[in-house]
Amino acid sequence: MSTQPIQAQPLGDPRKPSRANILRRYTADRIVSGLAVLATVIVLAPLAAILFYLVYKGASSLNLAFFTHVPAPVGEEGGGMANAIVGSSLVLLLASLMGIPVGIAAGVYLSEFGRGKFLGNAVRFTADVLNGVPSIVMGITIYSLVVKPQRHYSALAGGIALAIMMIPTVTRTTEEMLATVPLAIREAALGLGVPKWRTAVSVSLRTASPGIITGCMLAFARVAGETAPLLFTAFGNQFWSFNLNEPIAALPLQIFVYAISPYDEWHRLAWAGALVLIVLIMVSVTLVRVFANRGVLKGGS
Amino acid sequence: MPVKPAVSVVASPAAEKTTPSSPAPVSPVREFLNTRGSGRLADTSFAALMLACACSIFVIVLFIFWILIQNSHLSLAAFGWKFFTREAWDPVSGDFGALPFIYGTLATSLLALAMAVPLALGVAIFLTELCPRPLRAPISFLTELLAAIPSVVYGLWAVFVLVPIMRDTLGPFLVKTLGWTGFFEGANFGVGLLTASIILAIMILPIISSLTRDIMTAVPHSQREAVLALGATRWEMIRIGVLRNSRIGIVGAVMLGLGRALGETMAVTMVIGNHPEIHKSLFAPGYTLASVIANEFAEATGDLYYSALIEIGLALFLVTIVVNAVARLMVWAVTRGAPSRAS
Repeated sequence: MSTQPIQAQPLGDPRKPSRANILRRYTADRIVSGLAVLATVIVLAPLAAILFYLVYKGASSLNLAFFTHVPAPVGEEGGGMANAIVGSSLVLLLASLMGIPVGIAAGVYLSEFGRGKFLGNAVRFTADVLNGVPSIVMGITIYSLVVKPQRHYSALAGGIALAIMMIPTVTRTTEEMLATVPLAIREAALGLGVPKWRTAVSVSLRTASPGIITGCMLAFARVAGETAPLLFTAFGNQFWSFNLNEPIAALPLQIFVYAISPYDEWHRLAWAGALVLIVLIMVSVTLVRVFANRGVLKGGS
Repeated sequence: MPVKPAVSVVASPAAEKTTPSSPAPVSPVREFLNTRGSGRLADTSFAALMLACACSIFVIVLFIFWILIQNSHLSLAAFGWKFFTREAWDPVSGDFGALPFIYGTLATSLLALAMAVPLALGVAIFLTELCPRPLRAPISFLTELLAAIPSVVYGLWAVFVLVPIMRDTLGPFLVKTLGWTGFFEGANFGVGLLTASIILAIMILPIISSLTRDIMTAVPHSQREAVLALGATRWEMIRIGVLRNSRIGIVGAVMLGLGRALGETMAVTMVIGNHPEIHKSLFAPGYTLASVIANEFAEATGDLYYSALIEIGLALFLVTIVVNAVARLMVWAVTRGAPSRAS
């Protein structure tokens, strides 16, 4: 990272490198290597600590009631997060139904129609920027757009907020995966007289489908743990609710509420909820790795 | 010669049919094609549909912008630009200013960057240049796993593990060793700017390190070999051959991390202490732009209060858009043309 220029040695005098200089250079080399290893250890330590603590705390407080009961009132033992798990699934399903088709279609446009065009590049860039918009901003936007005119929180609003967060991820991975489909396959389809739309759907998308599924699952895993956009949209609910027009419980929201509460019993449930959430996300990410490694097309363009 | 088969395939069935004196000269192939019609309508509408979905991304960004401006007009009209330099935050008397939140956001993000960047660089160097091959995949998988942990789980861990450590071990140690700087004064409750920065640093590390790794992998091998051939040690090779070539991309990666840190909400809200005041001490509780929205938005009574919070959201949106846009351009400048990551 240093900015000093490389000093040119005078050519006429082939000096022998001094022993001290060599020693200094090799010491620097050793020190930096050591620091790099140390940095890796320091980075992996919190991960190990978080995972260990999570499993230790979460596993000791997980029980069957967690998956079958609704939250107990303050001061009562027991209770679970069954409604939050169902609520999370409902909101995520809603988000996937809205976000994934739009994301895939935008990816198809970028890869099949917009390659090299100004509009294509602009869309790609905007998707990347949208990816970086803070989730809380998404939350207050959807609040102003959906919740405020309707005058009540709803599962639908939560779904919309998460769907918007899924779109950029799905778009970019779809595009990248379609780019690995060899041109020759498309040309073969077009040469048989298949219309272009059919080529895109049945040939390009079908060939790249493992990778696209990967992208969708990554986006899913990413929004599954999002709390901030749900704070003012889905809002949370202590009871069963299947109505999309009503406030609904969600796992990350419930963890947040319980974590900042002063009750030990609720802390216990928060840890259990965090463990369940993490396991769900880890499972989907690991599946993604399996799919992704299988799905890479050999000899892609 | 290459033209002939194509012609004969199309022409021969038609020729067979037309030569006899049959009144229907249309070949089955032609008939089939006629009933199918041309694909033009389907093709155009498909392309239009895909285009519409792609443009919806534009529309979403513009829409967010428009809604935020529209809903914050009360506060924009009442305070103008002064909103961002005023220190007052008094919902009861309707006096609002964003300075404490801007200070909290900048202080925690920059502090987090100061902690995360050297570590992330170290990890990236280790992964690309030093790491034995069998270890490479598991370690990069682990760092990506860190990125997959939801923010609220980081917050949970920070509340129950990091805060006690800060209060009982790290805090007193910092007071003893660095107390003379004046940054570690006052009561140490465990929650505060420093704790928030540490958890932010842990959260942005995987993003910066995996991007930096991609960028360093994109440096051509010939550069490394050239420097090594001149008799450089490995560190000199990394410094001259790799880091210098990829510095723009690394700055971009760091800015992407900054963008993430600026907008991070849940974990910070849980450990920063939530108190809108500006203190020099890093032990003091603070407040960030994102966490004030998270905490007070649901109970914002009164239109001015609501619109002031939306204006804070607008500021956050604009700042992260700019930071992200610049960062993306920088990363693209370096990795453009490089093959996309295989794993």
